[in-house]
Amino acid sequence: MDRYTWRTGVREAVMIATAIVFAFPLYILVNMALKPAGDTSSALSPATAPTLANFQEAWQRAGLGGAITNSAIVTVVSVTIIVVVSAAAAYPIARATARWSTAAFYTFMVGLLLPLQLALIPLYQTMRDLGLLGTLTPLIVLYCGLRVPFSIFLYVQFLRLIPEDYEEAASIDGCSPLQTFRRVVFPLLRPVTGTVIILNGLFVWNDFLSPLLYLSGSANQTVPVAIYGFVGQYASEWELVFAALIIGALPVLIAYFFLQRSLIQGFASGVKG
Amino acid sequence: MTARTSARPETPRPAQAAPAPAAPRRRRSRAAGTWYFLLPALALYAFAVLIPSARGIGFAFTDWNGLDLSWNFVGLDNFTRVLDDDQAIRAVRNTLALAVVITVVENLIGLLLALGVHSKIKSRNVLRLIFFAPVVVVSVVIAFLWQFIYTPGGPLTQLFEGIGLGALAQNWLGDPSIALWAIAFVVIWQFAGYSMVIFLAGLQGVPKELLEAGAIDGAGPVRRFWSIVRPLLGPAITVNVMLSMIRGLMIFDQIWVMTQGGPAQSTDSLSTLVYRNAFQYGEFGYSTALAVVLALFVAVISIVQYRMLSRREKK
Repeated sequence: MDRYTWRTGVREAVMIATAIVFAFPLYILVNMALKPAGDTSSALSPATAPTLANFQEAWQRAGLGGAITNSAIVTVVSVTIIVVVSAAAAYPIARATARWSTAAFYTFMVGLLLPLQLALIPLYQTMRDLGLLGTLTPLIVLYCGLRVPFSIFLYVQFLRLIPEDYEEAASIDGCSPLQTFRRVVFPLLRPVTGTVIILNGLFVWNDFLSPLLYLSGSANQTVPVAIYGFVGQYASEWELVFAALIIGALPVLIAYFFLQRSLIQGFASGVKG
Repeated sequence: MTARTSARPETPRPAQAAPAPAAPRRRRSRAAGTWYFLLPALALYAFAVLIPSARGIGFAFTDWNGLDLSWNFVGLDNFTRVLDDDQAIRAVRNTLALAVVITVVENLIGLLLALGVHSKIKSRNVLRLIFFAPVVVVSVVIAFLWQFIYTPGGPLTQLFEGIGLGALAQNWLGDPSIALWAIAFVVIWQFAGYSMVIFLAGLQGVPKELLEAGAIDGAGPVRRFWSIVRPLLGPAITVNVMLSMIRGLMIFDQIWVMTQGGPAQSTDSLSTLVYRNAFQYGEFGYSTALAVVLALFVAVISIVQYRMLSRREKK
């Protein structure tokens, strides 16, 4: 059943046809962004005089440079903190056999069931009282708290599969617990750290609701909010809107293209039971 | 998604007063003295999630408007108001309908894509890349793109006309009886690749020998799938159903961008209603009550589903 038969050929044709239908919206996206301003031809017909001018114009008018910088800062800082604190917390949870470690695990797992909407409003009030609305800090704090439970879950599952021998060797050689964790355990966690980075990075970069709240009325924007504002303002100039949409999607798409194998693997393994 | 903690054999804890020498030192993990490793994560989680969520539950019993310093305790008024509020009832219905439709259709399509891609075809890597691509695109971008595709007389209608089905074209987002399903379709399109990837991981765990043995015994492709592959996909199904169900229940971005809950509130979900009540009507108390309702749905449905599916997996 491993040979390429005519049945395989039919299957291949069907799948390619499916992919073409599936990619239809992406064609519209690119096609519209390439059309010069004032081109009123149908969205289906390919751009006759493709231009890149829309991208430049959209970039400047939507302030996408600043938004991408903000999104990058929020994503990098949040994900770094999430990785460090979750890996550290998962270590005693997975290893210590005392009752407090089980209790801690379940406390974190409750977080998997709490929808963002519940914490969002009270936290908004706290951040307002602290005068932090409009800055990136509340977002970073929120993402860390929000994503720590899931990340700990991934780390704990992975840690339980690693034998304790290395840690014992390290501590016999005189490593303190902190050194053991930093030099021995954390490097062993590399595969799952990749998954944690990918899943959280994408979540933070794409999140719309929280920055919509915490940054509203300020000059600071993240990519989804900048796009949302821009489209609201220039809804009639579709070619600019589409250029902005592409610019907004591009940073992650580029990363996706280069990291596709590990990225897809991260998605699949991150959730394997 | 298995929380096996409870199944872990409890190692006897040596009594505090008299450290039992019988429990050999080696068996007590060295990590026992590292409880303080938990603190940074716990602090962030408590500050950003646990405490605000607890306060949210508290607010749900008040008439706080989000601005004034004073508020009154109103008991269950906000919750009884949910039951009397047609808009809220409709949002609950929409949320559940979206969650169910998205879960079922997205997983069926994801499974079909996975079966199609998981074979000897030459283009499988490119196909996988294409099907998964929308997952990594910002939801706001996807939503605006589809809003344009759905415009009356827009690309989708033209496409229908092009293949001679112009009569079937609709005002996709403008017709209250269709808009919700138009939104569900977008979410399904965006995340079918996600289900596919998880099913693919599951399919890779199906031993080739079993399939070959099945083929030798005369089982056709359908029979082989049903009797050999399907039972082995249990964990992938559990994970996929949980993920898409929770995504459906909490849906916000796509609705907010495409319709803001309209036309005539026909696409309101609990999430959009929470947002609107809090930040447009200034009804924080009522809004947090709605958030509590959403939290209950998420918690109850996930727990029930997890139990049901993991029991079936064991069989």
